[in-house]
Parts: sequence; C-alpha cells; structure tokens
Amino acid sequence: MRYLPLTPADRAEMLGVIGADTVDDLFVDVPAEARLSGPIEGLPAHASEMAVERHMSALAAKNLSAGTAPFFIGAGAYRHHVPASVDHLIQRGEFLTAYTPYQPEIAQGTLQVLFEFQTQVARLFGTDIANASMYDGSTACWEAILMASRITRKDRAVLSSGLHPHYAEVVRTMAKFTEDDIVSLRAQLVPQADDAAVIAAIDDKTSCVVVQYPDVMGRIPDLAAIADAAHAKGALLIAVVTEPVALGMIEAPGALGADIVVGEGQSIGVGLQFGGPYLGLFGCREKFVRQMPGRLCGQTVDAEGKRGFVLTLSTREQHIRREKATSNICTNSGLCALAFSIHLTLLGGEGLAQLAAVNHDKAQAMIERLAKVPGVKVLNDAYFNEATLVLPRDAREVVRELADRKVLGGVSLGRLFPEESDLHNGLLVTATETVTDEDIETFARELEGVLA
Amino acid sequence: MNAVNASGWRPQMGEAGEGAGFKTASGDYGLMLEEALSFELGSSEKCGVDLDKPSRPAAAGLSKFLRKSAPALPGLTEPETVRHYTRLSRQNYAIDLGPFPLGSCTMKHNPRLNEKMARLPGFADVHPLQPQKTVEGALEVIEQLADWLITLTGMASVAMSPKAGAHGELCGLLCIRAALDARGEKRDVVLVPESAHGTNPATAAFAGFKVQSIPATPEGRVDVEALKAKLGPNVAGVMITNPNTCGLFEPEMKAIGDAVHAAGGYVYCDGANFNAIVGKVRPGDLGVDAMHINLHKTFSTPHGGGGPGAGPVVLSEALAPFAPLPFVSRGEDGRVHLVEEENAGEGHAQAFGRMVAFHGQMGMFTRALTYILSHGADGLRQVAEDAVLNANYVLRSCEDLLPAPFAKSGPCMHEALFSDAGLAEGFSTLDIAKGLIDEGFHPMTVYFPLVVKGAMLVEPTETESKAGLDRFIGSLRSLAQRAKDGDQSLHSAPHFAPRRRLDETLAARKPVLVWQGTPGEPGTPSLSEIGGS
Amino acid sequence: MTRYFSQEHEWIEIEGDLGTVGITDYAQGQLGDITFVDLPEAGATFGKGDSVAVVDSVKAASDVYTPVSGTIAEANGALTDEPELVNTQAETGGWLFRVTLSDASELEALMDESAYKQYVESL
Repeated sequence: MRYLPLTPADRAEMLGVIGADTVDDLFVDVPAEARLSGPIEGLPAHASEMAVERHMSALAAKNLSAGTAPFFIGAGAYRHHVPASVDHLIQRGEFLTAYTPYQPEIAQGTLQVLFEFQTQVARLFGTDIANASMYDGSTACWEAILMASRITRKDRAVLSSGLHPHYAEVVRTMAKFTEDDIVSLRAQLVPQADDAAVIAAIDDKTSCVVVQYPDVMGRIPDLAAIADAAHAKGALLIAVVTEPVALGMIEAPGALGADIVVGEGQSIGVGLQFGGPYLGLFGCREKFVRQMPGRLCGQTVDAEGKRGFVLTLSTREQHIRREKATSNICTNSGLCALAFSIHLTLLGGEGLAQLAAVNHDKAQAMIERLAKVPGVKVLNDAYFNEATLVLPRDAREVVRELADRKVLGGVSLGRLFPEESDLHNGLLVTATETVTDEDIETFARELEGVLA
Repeated sequence: MNAVNASGWRPQMGEAGEGAGFKTASGDYGLMLEEALSFELGSSEKCGVDLDKPSRPAAAGLSKFLRKSAPALPGLTEPETVRHYTRLSRQNYAIDLGPFPLGSCTMKHNPRLNEKMARLPGFADVHPLQPQKTVEGALEVIEQLADWLITLTGMASVAMSPKAGAHGELCGLLCIRAALDARGEKRDVVLVPESAHGTNPATAAFAGFKVQSIPATPEGRVDVEALKAKLGPNVAGVMITNPNTCGLFEPEMKAIGDAVHAAGGYVYCDGANFNAIVGKVRPGDLGVDAMHINLHKTFSTPHGGGGPGAGPVVLSEALAPFAPLPFVSRGEDGRVHLVEEENAGEGHAQAFGRMVAFHGQMGMFTRALTYILSHGADGLRQVAEDAVLNANYVLRSCEDLLPAPFAKSGPCMHEALFSDAGLAEGFSTLDIAKGLIDEGFHPMTVYFPLVVKGAMLVEPTETESKAGLDRFIGSLRSLAQRAKDGDQSLHSAPHFAPRRRLDETLAARKPVLVWQGTPGEPGTPSLSEIGGS
Repeated sequence: MTRYFSQEHEWIEIEGDLGTVGITDYAQGQLGDITFVDLPEAGATFGKGDSVAVVDSVKAASDVYTPVSGTIAEANGALTDEPELVNTQAETGGWLFRVTLSDASELEALMDESAYKQYVESL
C-alpha cells in the first residue's frame, strides 16, 4: 500500500511502546458489536496506480468534454482559456498541501496571496473591500442577503427575475429556514432587464434588492437607477456577477452604487469542472466590515517591524462567536482564489479589458450569424458575451438534438426555468475567446438542420 | 544557525545574516527570499497573456454600459508571475515539507494521482449544464463515490452537494428541520456538547435552532445522564462529534442514539474525525441519522491553504426523503442513482430544496474516488488502524513530560491530547507551538478543545513514518523540557521563520484589508523597505 | 456621585438618574488588547442583565450586560477610533455608554468598590 509508510516491524515495535498486544486493543472504546471484524464485504481491495488510472480514464472518456466540440454554454459557468502557468503554480506543494493559515509566521505565502486577491476583487468590483472568498456565487449571494438584513434590520429581499434561477432557488431554500421574506419577480422573454419591476417592488420593509449584472439572459440592468431607488427606501443594492470577465468592459457595480457585490469567480483561472469547486467573490463598503461573512486577511507588522499578513477580525467567525457568528462558513475556496489571482495577475487590468473585448467580439459574430438562421430571433437589446435567442419551438429538445450532432449549443431556458412555460422557446448562447469562426459556422448550420 | 534542518525547512537567513554581522543590500538572505506585492511589482503596460485583437467595436446597445477606463489592476509577464508565486510559495509550510499534526484537521499526504485524474479533460473541461447524455461518466463518478460513502458508513443515502464540512452540517440540520416539519412538530432545541467544534453551535443557530450545551465528564466524554435529562418534546436532536474532539471514542454512542430516538429527536454526527474509524466502524450501526464527511480530511483531497473542501452528508432512512437536490440514493435495483429537479417528482418530492448552484464539488469527488479506489476496503481499514496507532505512539512517548489528561482512561483514537500544566511559571502552550516552528514542524492544534486548559491536540495521521514520528517526538520532548526549565528564548519563538510573531492586535484595530496604493506610481516602497526594519 | 460594581465586572457611576457604564480594570486585564467595541444606539431600551454591547479582543468577543434597566442616553463615540481606551482608561475615559435608569432600586443589588475588590480577590 503505497501511501502507508509503516512496516509490519514498525507496527509491532510501536505497539510494544504503547503496551498493547494488537491494534484492535486500541479500539476498545468501540462497542464490540459495532466493530467490523474485517474489510467490508462487497467492496474491492486496494489497486495499483495504473489500475485506478485505467478505471478513472474510462469514466472520463464517457463525457463529451468542452474542448472536443463546438461549445456555446454559459449560464453561470464559463469556458475561458487558462494559461498553463496557473495550473503549474497552484500545484506547488507549498500552496496545494498547506492548511488554513492559522500560524501566520509560516503561512505568509498563502496570506499574501489572499491580501492580493482581496485587493484584486475589490478593484474589479469597485468596492472598498473584499473577503478571502466564499464557497461559490450562489452561497455568496445568500450570505449577502443575510448581511443586508443585519445592517438594515429588515428582512424582505427582492430578487430580480434576471437572477440565475439556481441562485434564487438556493436563496429561497435557505430563507424557508430563517423565515426571511423573499420576493421573486417573474421572468419574461423581453429585450431588457426588469429594472422597472425591481424598482416598483422596493418598499420601506425591503432590506435589499438582488440584481444580476449582466443578468441570466445576458441583458444588462441599469444598476445606478436601481441603487438610487433602493437607497431612497433605506434598502441596499446587492449586485451579482456570474461572469467577472464582463467587468473588463462594463462599469464596476460598486462604481454604480451597489453596496454589496458578490459573484462567481470560476470564470477567471478556475475551469469548468462540472460545477465545482468554484469561487465565491464578496466585496462591500468598508463601513460594513464587521458584518461581513467569511475570512479576512489583513496587513500588520511582525516583532521586527517587517510587513506581514494575518487572518483578522475573526471574532465575527464561527469558532469564536459560535451561535452568534455572522455565518457558519469555515473553509473557503483558497486554492481557487489562488488560481483566480494568478490568472488576473497575468492579465492585468488592460489585459482583462482586451479579453473582455475579444469575448464581446466573438459574441457579436455568433449572434450575427445565428440571427440569419430561419426562425431564430435575437431577444437582447444589449449583451456582453451571452444573449438569448427565441426559437420557433421548445429549446430543450433543440439542445438535445444539437448534442446528438456533437454541438454543445447553449442552455435552454426550459432547463433553467422548468416552471415557466412562457420561456421554453428561449435559448441562452454564449461565446468566449475559445470559440472559433468555424465553431460558429458549425453551430449555425447544425441549428438550421435541427430547426428545418 | 544556518544549517538546513533535516525536515527540509529552511532557517531564517535574516537572523543568520545579522548574526554574521551584516545586512544584505537586497533584503534577501540566500534562499530566504522576500517578495513584494504583485501591485508593487506590476504595471498596466504588462500582460502575461498574448490575446487576440477584437475585430470590431462594441455593439451599439452596450455603449451606455461601458466602463471609462480599465480596472486598476497591474499585470505581470509570465516569467515575473511564475517567480512571484514561486517565491511566495516558499514562505509556506506544507505537508509536502513535513508533519502537519493539526488535531481534527487530518493533514495527510495528498497523492498526486488524485490531481492527475481530476485534470482529465473528461472531468475538468465539462460544463455542469451540458445535456445529461454528454456527461454520463461524470454522473457515474458521483454515483460510485456515493456508493462507497453509503457502504462505508452503513447509511441509506447521501446528499453530495454541500461544499464543505460546515455546509454539510447545515445540510444535515436542515434535513432534520424538514423531517420535523413533515411530522408537523415544532422542536426548536439542539443539544451540543461543550467539546464540540465551534461550527456546530454556529450551524444549529443558522438553521434556526436554539443551542443547549451538554457538559463533558472528567474522562472527556459526553455526560450521558446530563444529556438524557435535557431530552424532551422540544428537542430536535443532538450534534455529537465521534470520535470526539478530545480524540476519544464515545462508547455510549448507541445508548445516546436510542435515547434521542425514543424522545423523538435525531442524531447528527460531526464526521470530521471519520479518519479514525473508516473501515472499522459504520456510524449507521450506532444510530446516526446524518453525518457529514470532509472529503478533504478522510479522503485526502488537498486543503489548498484553506479550501476548497467538500462535505457530502450521509443520511438514515428517516432523513433520506428530505435531502436537498441533487442527491444520490440506492434504487430498488440495488444501484445508486442521481436525483435532480427533473426526476425529483418520482419519489423525492420532499427534498428541502437546493444548497448550491450546481452539483457540488465535482473536482473533489474525482480526487476522493481516486483515493478510495487506490486504498480499497482493506487499505481504508489500514488507514484507520495506522492513524490510531501513530496517535497512541505519540501519546505514550510524551505523556511523562506533557500531561495527557484523558490518557489514563485508555487509548486515544487518531489524535493525542496534552495540556500545558506543569510548565515553568509564565510558559504555556503558545511557547511550545511557536517552538515547534523553529524545530521545522507545523504546530499542533492549540487551545482546543476548550475543556482542557492549554490544550495541545496532535493528529499525526497514518501517512507519517515511524522515523518521522520519532523526530517529531524528539522535538516535542525537547520543547517540553525547555518550557519546564524556563528557557526564555521560547517566548520569542519562532526565530527561524519567514516572519517573527505578528501583531494581530494592530491588524484588528486598524484593519488594512486591501492595498491602498496606485499601481506603477512613484512612491511605491522599494523591496528593501518592505522587507527590512 | 456614587459608583457601583456588578459580578459581571461592569462599573456604573450614578449622577441623578443617569448612569455611566464601563467594564472594570480587572475585566480589561482578563480580556487582553481590545480591538473593537460594538456600542448600543441612543434611545434603545434594555432590561437589567441584557447584553447591550460587545467588546472584542483578537481571539474573543465578550458581551457587556447592563447592570440596570433603562434607556441608552449616549454611547462613547471615542471608542470607535480608539478602542484601546478600554484598556488604558477602563474606569474613566474608556466608559461604554450612559443609561437613563428606569428603576433606581436595582442599584441596591450591586456591590460597592470594597465589596467588588473582595469579590475579585476571591476569584
């Protein structure tokens, strides 16, 4: 057994030191009837590296991976090219196999990365500060709503209809248990985001409005107008960014008046990975810092006066506050934050802006071509790298038929909103820098074939 | 003072330099490298990625949303980036460098095969919203891992989506809430032992319960009589960590479970310490209704400097119907199946909802399954046995110098608990912990559990060799002796780390959470100003 | 002016129907370096024994209970920028809040300075 260093002689010698006859004597506290006498039956025994690799590779081969087909899927997870150096660096053992930096003298590498990460997220979002990451965008979104309740001492949250339905479902699930009042607006196949409906839903009891930017159909809400309306009623604006690359091109939510900005960082450095692990981003105004969930890294000095970093403001957290903690979050997404931070360091602000421009360019090429497919209409007035098409029939079937033709052709709104039959002809299509002109042409031709 | 010690951890070259009577011009000392912030190194003209040029301007519809200037983020070229992060990495301790005996954290070796498998394009480059027939292999990974987890724990089903241990706890408690709601009962109290992980009471409160504390016995176990006295029609359940945070098995677990069930409650088991019993004991045989499994502990997915974790929750028959989506259960055909919104109507209509956007920590599932298949049923059993053997070896090798408050009552499980009683006046656990850093080890968990004064909780795990343990024991014994003798140099330890003790009060009083400067502007401090005092 | 002490290590100084409340020098010594004080808002009403403020050190957060019932008249704004006043001037400039007493008879259950001294020595 290649991962177990003790030899039979070691074990015998150690039992001698302990004063036990057999290793089972060390399990005396386990009631005899609950102790298993041998390996659990029906499960295979240990296997060589080669055998395991064969097994896992066979499973992997059953999947149609994004790189092997024309790929136009987004809706909260995006396929971007990740430079090779990112994956190399996150596999440095000193990053990969370290724990949460509880001993700062020997964890300055992780801590400085987190400080840089917090600065990057705050600058990207246009917020004063940011935390050291959350589990993912959907859980960050729920944590932001809880935080807004603590700040405003109100508990009615308004969800824009453009919020990713999985995020909204997470919020509604958690709110059932906390008894927060969640107002969910109804999605419609219209060219613009539901700004007017969001503003109309704000009242004096509203703690926050939650608006995705760009929204789940690729439309772009007017955050400044919503922020003004929310602030007039003593409510906070929570902006949700599921595609942070967009912020290379469109204005940062914090600059438009958002009080809390959360997002999914997967798009930068992390990769698709069938949905996880991903990276929750969380930024806000500095005055809210004591109400923030999650870990925070702060700058300080050591006993010799050298700059150093520590986890700080931990009295907000579960291990000290116990039942009064701001959140029960414990582990964050450290390694994903590292990947995000490296990728963003490679890009820089100008590079991110250029990457965003290339994405938008590809999306325009895709939309222009798909608009020529008979029966297809483009819904959006504005979009960044994804937009909604309206098809002549239920898009769920179309997506499946495209997959039969080895084209991963977007996400049907029927899959995202199964309850809303009015939306079922909608198809959300996405183009990033990874899409080629040939991919677009293949997509358009196969879509013509499916719809013919 | 400048020899690299045998664990590979390098000494503080600054000290060596000063000891030699000079300071370097660079602020670096040999292999001891200082590193500025990326914001101080980079500039807006630099980019480490060669990007295409867009062929057309932004669409007219987007014009009113455009930002006025690029985000104020400096870039670095690839060689500068690789160097920046490689230099930073060298300021970290890690399992790859030496023992990391943090109690209740299970820092074991991370096999690199796990990493290789998770990076197969068929797993790494697959979108969570692809049509199901294009991801059958990924679903099979989830189902195979679920099958192992169900079988190893003797439970009925497993909710795979929770993102970490604390998230799994929340999932388990919400299942209990949902089950009580379905019974039409309002029970609002959860009993939590004093020695519990801090997450337990935080989670219970988050799930809308009131927390009542259960004391520990002098032997470091849950006071079963005190627990039974609190049971009643308002008690939703109990959260027990087993093996507990004192490193001991709760021998009355089954009796506790029976009593809680008789009173109409449910048993939540914190599975953080499952590594001690995997393959030896099935929690399902002890009356557990829900237990999270930290894949990053027992099943060796990397901790990554603080996540990502993964916290699937195994569930009893009683709670299985309420598991959130997506969820995996064994069907009548004997096979396990993934249940999502689309097929939830057929037999899983009572799901309490959804906890995350997608399927959970798929990248961790592939790693954990790889680890499990490598060990097999026999190897996992050996894992538990060796983990417990290693902990008892440390316990018995040090208890003459460091008091082990619960050692008289019998063996420990996977972690050895010491106290700082008997050190010289003014010396405490902190001195031992910081002294371990100078010895080239990561300190153990300190001041936890709270039930022991100056607690030191040592979890060596099964992946330490006997020779490695002997070196660690030698250092721990030496430090205990120095602290008994009143060696003042311990108070200023660590002496040989990249940083000396850091001012945490300053950090908390005047929080500086983001870099305040402007990239590329003059006035940015030079490297020697940053590194030197 | 009379000063009273509680078993939870708060002091209260009475002037008319107004009481100024802080934590004792002994208490600040036990807590270590104070990093943040969460203060109540003026106008809020509390009952005797309610948690009205929180004092944070690096590793602990401690509730401060009001030794008397009443309405908060004022909080010590100086602590927002200088929480360390609770360490350096615990029983003077590091006061936490002023409360308008609703029931002066509650003071009878509190200790005077010498009784509190004895109480601390007995701990």
